[in-house]
Amino acid sequence: MTMILSVAVVAALGLGLGWLLGLASQWLGATTDPVVERLTEALPGSQCGQCGYPGCGQAAIALSKGEAPVTLCPPGGRVVAEKLAEILGTTFDPGNLPDRGPLLARVRTDYCIGCSRCIKSCPTDAILGATKQLHVVLEEACIGCGACAEVCPTGGIDLEGIPVTLRNWRWHKPGVGHA
Amino acid sequence: MKIFRFRGGIHPEGNKDPTACHPIARLPLPKRLYIPLQQHIGEPAAPEVKVGDHVLKGQRLARHQGSVSAPVHAPTSGTVIAIGDHMAPHPSGLPVQTITLEPDGEERWVETEPAVDPFSLTRAEVAARVRDAGIVGLGGAAFPAAVKLDAGNRHPIDTLIINGGECEPYLTCDDRLMREGAGYVVEGVRLIANGLGAKRTVIAIEDNKPEALEAMRVAAAAHPGISVLRVPSRYPMGSEKQLVTTVTGREIPAGKLSAEIGVSVHNVGTALAVCRAVRFGKPLVSRVVTVGGGAIRNPRNVVVPIGTPAADLVEFCGGFTVTPTRVLMGGPMMGQVLPGLEAPVVKGTSGIIALTAAEAHAASERACLHCGRCVDVCPVGLVPLELAARVRAGRIDDAAELGMGDCLSCGCCAYVCPAHLPLAHLFNYAKGEIAARREAQRKAEETRKLAEARRLRLAAEAAAKAARRPARTTEKAETES
Amino acid sequence: MKEYLLLLLGTALVNNVILVRFLGLCPFLGVSGKLETALGMGLATTFVLTLTSGATWVVEHALLQPLDMMHLRILTYILVIAAVVQFTEMAIQKASPVLHHTLGIYLPLITTNCAVLGTALLNLQQDNSLIQSLLYGAGSALGFTLVILLFAGLRERIALANVPAAFAGTPIALITAGLLSLAFMGFAGLPVR
Repeated sequence: MTMILSVAVVAALGLGLGWLLGLASQWLGATTDPVVERLTEALPGSQCGQCGYPGCGQAAIALSKGEAPVTLCPPGGRVVAEKLAEILGTTFDPGNLPDRGPLLARVRTDYCIGCSRCIKSCPTDAILGATKQLHVVLEEACIGCGACAEVCPTGGIDLEGIPVTLRNWRWHKPGVGHA
Repeated sequence: MKIFRFRGGIHPEGNKDPTACHPIARLPLPKRLYIPLQQHIGEPAAPEVKVGDHVLKGQRLARHQGSVSAPVHAPTSGTVIAIGDHMAPHPSGLPVQTITLEPDGEERWVETEPAVDPFSLTRAEVAARVRDAGIVGLGGAAFPAAVKLDAGNRHPIDTLIINGGECEPYLTCDDRLMREGAGYVVEGVRLIANGLGAKRTVIAIEDNKPEALEAMRVAAAAHPGISVLRVPSRYPMGSEKQLVTTVTGREIPAGKLSAEIGVSVHNVGTALAVCRAVRFGKPLVSRVVTVGGGAIRNPRNVVVPIGTPAADLVEFCGGFTVTPTRVLMGGPMMGQVLPGLEAPVVKGTSGIIALTAAEAHAASERACLHCGRCVDVCPVGLVPLELAARVRAGRIDDAAELGMGDCLSCGCCAYVCPAHLPLAHLFNYAKGEIAARREAQRKAEETRKLAEARRLRLAAEAAAKAARRPARTTEKAETES
Repeated sequence: MKEYLLLLLGTALVNNVILVRFLGLCPFLGVSGKLETALGMGLATTFVLTLTSGATWVVEHALLQPLDMMHLRILTYILVIAAVVQFTEMAIQKASPVLHHTLGIYLPLITTNCAVLGTALLNLQQDNSLIQSLLYGAGSALGFTLVILLFAGLRERIALANVPAAFAGTPIALITAGLLSLAFMGFAGLPVR
């Protein structure tokens, strides 16, 4: 008898609370997730696909579910990773990030056959040129995603680091030993 | 005249006597001159000569491009033997586009165009002459002077301050310049004041230079609009913001220019260069450089053609007595490490200072004591110890929020730090990082715009394609139904 | 009135749920890295604690005691707590999705926060009335929020400090927690329960 009563009490309590929660969820039903919107905003938006997701929107959804690390975006580098971490309220170890610095695509003049495939693949329209003419990369618009290098039939596009000049040279962080 | 006090500041040992007592010497023409095309803040100059060209002294080698830029002129007559990379006078030691000139020893001037009555020139004409002469701020910042004169058109300037502070230890080039060329300096000052339309002109000189003060007083006595002001010796008196506060009591708000509160500041060396340019039509081709520091045998001030390698200067001053621990361009507080003696003197080089080990005060770093001395001396009211902790922890954004951007890099904090923390270095790093982030941000926004433009273009193309084949689609629809 | 105020103060400070009773250490160490997150956690726990204190009193006095089902106490209490936490989670997700993200796993884990169950059981032990129970819950929650905020502030400072390598991270956090606990022992001198 005690056993049946016990089961009945717990079952009744569970049902009652479940019903209350169901009611509450109608009032407080989750709407679209603004976190995804903020993540999409923080990502470069070039849909280059280097993160392994088809576009920045999908990457943002994956980030919000915690399926992807904040360091997923190679063109964004450390700055974007930090911003994503801030939105998600997580921290990340910059040491994990393959911080090779931003890259630029460069057409090898003697390899280019003017097929214009790279022009079609470029997510930021950073490559200029016409069919059977030598193509050239606009450095200002290039995000170094490497999409062009993948489609080039002659392997004539290299990704290179941005050369250090007096204009973009920065002081390094002083090597600080802990006392 | 009332003098106001700025907060913070330090009294470093002057070490000015060894160079201040000798008259300015003239350097014999070096064998080669290396003239960088970027000696100023802004866009580099574009070369106008070819390899093999013979040029005259004062001939333009490269013209300015863009609104903030300055042309470069030949420091002597001779032949252009190369246009290419040479070590920049910059701590990175990176190469910079440089014109190499082999002097012919004749020092033949190009035709110059002296002004008949320089004081009848309009503001725009003065600015144009200053720009064509390639004059930049000679105090060290190397900001094109014509841009500052032009700023007078956008913001009315009521006070012109001539900076004779020279608060950096060791440096005495402005001191000697005022003693020996007071007349020209005052004339340059009057021309700048005329150009800006300033109501009041103040020449501010630190009280550790009594001879210069006296010489300038005598030279300026005939001109009632100009007053010579004795200001206390306190580093960084020669910094623009601190000098403006000292003279006018006004504070330049964070992130604003002095012109926005009606004040313009120019260096005494710049005033002399303006006099030469406007009155005689001569471009900026040489400057006075202090060669000093304990490691130099005969420290003194030298008039040097722009582009002279530092090695020639050191040799002229008797070479090194001991191997210097550190060779600096500019003063020991804000100067930058010279990457090598082959780097040339440029328009902004106020000194070549070779420090011995004892002078360099190289001491190993210890833990921060939180003593707060850096807070006491910071002239802009920052909290260096808190900034440093954040920069070290990699929290650059937090540091920026605490006012990292307002740091002058004056080095007062590092000077007083009993734990020898590399505060100035940390802050230079942080400011570079902030700039890099801003650049990355800008690029990201640009990328977004480009990607959006591409999306719209592809959509428009697809729509056009669909519109071109309407018949086929209707046919298809009919068969399907 | 004075009695209620003393009850509130006593639970918040003298018998602080974290530092004196050592309950709820999981979120105390887990979500105290940043001040903002700690505040969010504190507020969420405050909400849950106060509500469950009342709800468990009702369950105890209206359900378990009349039916003589006291052996079901812990089971039913956890059921009630889980429901309240679910409700809180929904409310937070609606009100502040960012906070919801930031709290992450620690939000549903309030269910197993021993401070919540502990407070409910302590209420029973001390034979508190409904109002007293609510105040006791609110007081505990206030103490919890206060301490987690203090601790987050300290940890933010420690993150900037030059901590010897052997102590960096959790060890220094635990030492700090110990010192904070010692400091709270000082409240034991207050003439409140």
